[in-house]
Amino acid sequence: MFGLDELVPVMPEILILTMACVVLLLDLFMSERRRGLVHAVSVATLLAAIVLTLGPRGSGDAVILNGTFIRDLMGDVLKVFIYLYTIGVFFYAKNYLRQRGLFKGEFYVLCLFGVLGMAIMVSAWNLVTLYLGLELLALCSYALVAMDRDSGTAAEAAMKYFVLGALASGMLLYGMSMIYGATGTLSIQEIGQAVLTMGGDDLVLAFGLTFIVVGVAFKFGAVPFHMWVPDVYEGSPTAVTVFIATAPKIAVFGMAMRLLVDGLGGLQDHWQSMLIVLAVLSLVLGNVAAIAQSNIKRMLAYSTISHVGFILLGIIAGTPEGYAASMFYTITYASMSLGAFGVIILLSRVGFEADRLSDFRGLNRRSPWFAGVMMMLMASLAGIPPFLGFFSKLFVLQVTVNAGLVWLAVVAVIAAVVGAFYYLRVIWLMYFEDAEDTSPLEASLDLRAVLSLNGVAQVVMSVFAGSLFGLCLAAMT
Amino acid sequence: MSQLPILSIVIWLPALVGVLLIVAVRSRQTARWLALLTSLVTFGVSLQLYAGFDTSTAAMQFVEHRSWIPGLNINYALGIDGIALPLILLTTFISVLVFISGWSVIQSRVQQYLGAFLILQGFMSGVFAALDGVLFYVFFEGMLVPMFLIIGIWGGPNRVYATLKFFLYTFFGSVFTLIALVYLYFSSGTWVIAEWYVMPLSLTEQTWIFLAFLVAFAVKVPMWPVHTWLPDAHVEAPTGGSVVLAAVMLKVGGYGFLRFSLPITPDASSELAWLVIGLSLVAVVYIGFVALAQDDLKKLIAYSSIAHMGFVTLGTFAIYMIARQNSGMQGAVLGLEGAMVQMISHGLISGALFLCVGVLYDRMHSRMISDYGGVVNTMPWFAALLVLFAMANAGLPGTSGFVGEFMVIMASFRANVWYAVLAATTLVLGAAYTLWMVKRVVFGDVGNERVATLTDINGREALVLGSLAVGVVLLGVWPDPLVEVMHASVDQLLNQATQSKLAVTIVQGG
Repeated sequence: MFGLDELVPVMPEILILTMACVVLLLDLFMSERRRGLVHAVSVATLLAAIVLTLGPRGSGDAVILNGTFIRDLMGDVLKVFIYLYTIGVFFYAKNYLRQRGLFKGEFYVLCLFGVLGMAIMVSAWNLVTLYLGLELLALCSYALVAMDRDSGTAAEAAMKYFVLGALASGMLLYGMSMIYGATGTLSIQEIGQAVLTMGGDDLVLAFGLTFIVVGVAFKFGAVPFHMWVPDVYEGSPTAVTVFIATAPKIAVFGMAMRLLVDGLGGLQDHWQSMLIVLAVLSLVLGNVAAIAQSNIKRMLAYSTISHVGFILLGIIAGTPEGYAASMFYTITYASMSLGAFGVIILLSRVGFEADRLSDFRGLNRRSPWFAGVMMMLMASLAGIPPFLGFFSKLFVLQVTVNAGLVWLAVVAVIAAVVGAFYYLRVIWLMYFEDAEDTSPLEASLDLRAVLSLNGVAQVVMSVFAGSLFGLCLAAMT
Repeated sequence: MSQLPILSIVIWLPALVGVLLIVAVRSRQTARWLALLTSLVTFGVSLQLYAGFDTSTAAMQFVEHRSWIPGLNINYALGIDGIALPLILLTTFISVLVFISGWSVIQSRVQQYLGAFLILQGFMSGVFAALDGVLFYVFFEGMLVPMFLIIGIWGGPNRVYATLKFFLYTFFGSVFTLIALVYLYFSSGTWVIAEWYVMPLSLTEQTWIFLAFLVAFAVKVPMWPVHTWLPDAHVEAPTGGSVVLAAVMLKVGGYGFLRFSLPITPDASSELAWLVIGLSLVAVVYIGFVALAQDDLKKLIAYSSIAHMGFVTLGTFAIYMIARQNSGMQGAVLGLEGAMVQMISHGLISGALFLCVGVLYDRMHSRMISDYGGVVNTMPWFAALLVLFAMANAGLPGTSGFVGEFMVIMASFRANVWYAVLAATTLVLGAAYTLWMVKRVVFGDVGNERVATLTDINGREALVLGSLAVGVVLLGVWPDPLVEVMHASVDQLLNQATQSKLAVTIVQGG
């Protein structure tokens, strides 16, 4: 049994659930013109969730609801960034959706439920809870991708996403059932203890682990389970892509930590070698394939795949420092991805998607400021100092070398050099070429402001990289 | 020691004003004045470094220290010794000239141009002042973005190819340095560069680290055979970009050898000195011949730069050959100091030569030697200055070019007579390609009617070239102030560079 005071740590999630339902109802009574209110309420909900999450934590970690839910520092930090980035998504999406007749309450409701699913994923302390969170997120994402009903590519993307996503969920669930069979428990904590006593030679456990790694790799989009990423990124309306490309990455990282480290930490030797293969393939294929793209959303999709390789490197290191480096990487990468898609939205108009690389030609003449913002984001993605992305890479490389995997670090930096080319190509198109389309940008003030903040953060945050990394370290120890 | 964080001012004042120019300044004229004023103030502040510098010690001076990323022991640590100081002064000095010389030449996107240069200037000073491995790398790589944009936006017709080549070459070289730095941190637990000088490292480790450094710094210097980005970058870059590239950015490679390779991996440096010396001699001799065959002014100077930078690496690594002869280290000191003097001198001379080409290009919009001829008839003042710089480039006694080359040749003579013989061919080759170029451009009859309409340099150009001429001659007849500043630091570096780390390892291991 649990008392009401047990619900305090889960207040942000309860709030989001309630407000998602409220928004759903509210939307029924809103005319098209007044739907701005739905937007405002959704943003306010997430802001309130951030405040609640940052609120007094009491003493240390709290495991509540019969051991199915944990509130710890890692979960809190990840959730704050999930909420924060989703607020960014709302600001970027608003006008884009309005121009395309997609400005409906559903977008907000689905996003809020998706956020709820993500929050549950990173805080789950039980395999079933975790799976529930994951499916809640996945279902919302499928629906979001298909939101533009008249678009053939969106329907195709949603179909692919659904089929492959369901397959991945199935794999994960299958793995979980094997783990349950081997250990006799669903609690992540108890699994952790049981695995330690059983050791890595147990065949059922090893099978379970394999399926779980496959499931996680699917959700991350690591090679060779990456096929859905480019199609979904390209096919979805950009406002949905920006959602899928940011916060869920953080949630999947949280899920990977809960499953692989908290739960199956005893099998570290086994998953390490699996993840090394995934990481190397992702780094190489992601970066090489991105060069060949002419569609910037596809390019960014392959770039995501390569960044997942970097995220995996930190987990592979298998130390608290390594997990912290990965966490830092995930959080910072999501901010870059958010900004990059934000710029695509900024450039697009009614009937024009700005998703070709050539649409970035001569942006410096049209808008020097936003060319600068995009340059900072691209340089940050490429990992060039003094931008934030450099520090993410530095930390991950450092733990990789620490773990004695110098060769892996070398592979990673060579892949990064290859990757630098396609980020530079965007900068080159913006600065060195003349614009085909010289019309001034039409974008609302709030979009401009949030996007500027997003870009400037890539520089400013590198001054404070120490604080954020310290926070990640604290969360992992 | 002063309370003001002078080094931080020298780095961040231009960088922040640069950002301000790009973001907030609307008027071109304001931007120009602001940039010039900033660079003048920065130069003035950097002179304070010289005035307050204590030449009797090899210790770091004007040290600043702040914790930056405590989780990984990364610090914001700045400081300079006798090796860094001249290079910082060179940076701030050349930057002032770049702003004056580009005053009316650049007409498109002026604020961005000036802003990029100011940011670049700050980062270049930062490279020479960083005492922390990560901070060094941040500045080292951070320089690339502004330079990439400068060549790409304001460059010539083939600028995209040139700037991408420049960026990817340098980026590729430096990521291995990053791994080496991370490895050093992993082995020592600190990012303080000076701590790495005393940490024990086995020969295998040293060799790998040395090679990683070599890739980065060899690309930057640039050494044969990874030099091919330089002629392209120089040819396409706007005049200011060429000047900064030749005068300062190439020095980062030479500085890297002195600050990282020699003291951190002394045994590997000694083992592989033959490799670097060999490549340097190839650069001096072969690239000298290549320069002879150029018909593009900027290409010619670019190849001449590579040959002259070969002297820097030659002088730097000749010390190991001298150390093996057991005949006193006097020659080794000459080698290192020669390398340093050569860096400063080449900074002034190559900068001046690129500015001269810029002066011609602004008038004729051609860099082809064959388009000129008899320039002296219409531009006597310019011709006089060009001849002076050309002589300095050829190593005429009385100019700074002579001092550095002579010291290095003396040092290589002690190392091995054949090194000296090969290195000395530069005196012939350098004279040949430089003076032949001068003959074809400046002397003779007026080549065509366009040359006949040329006007001599104006006051602005005279100011820039004149001040460089003063520097070149001053350093040539009286190099003492420069040598004195670096003396203590070079002695210490020589100790570190020739002190084997292997004995220490055995003691610790056993």
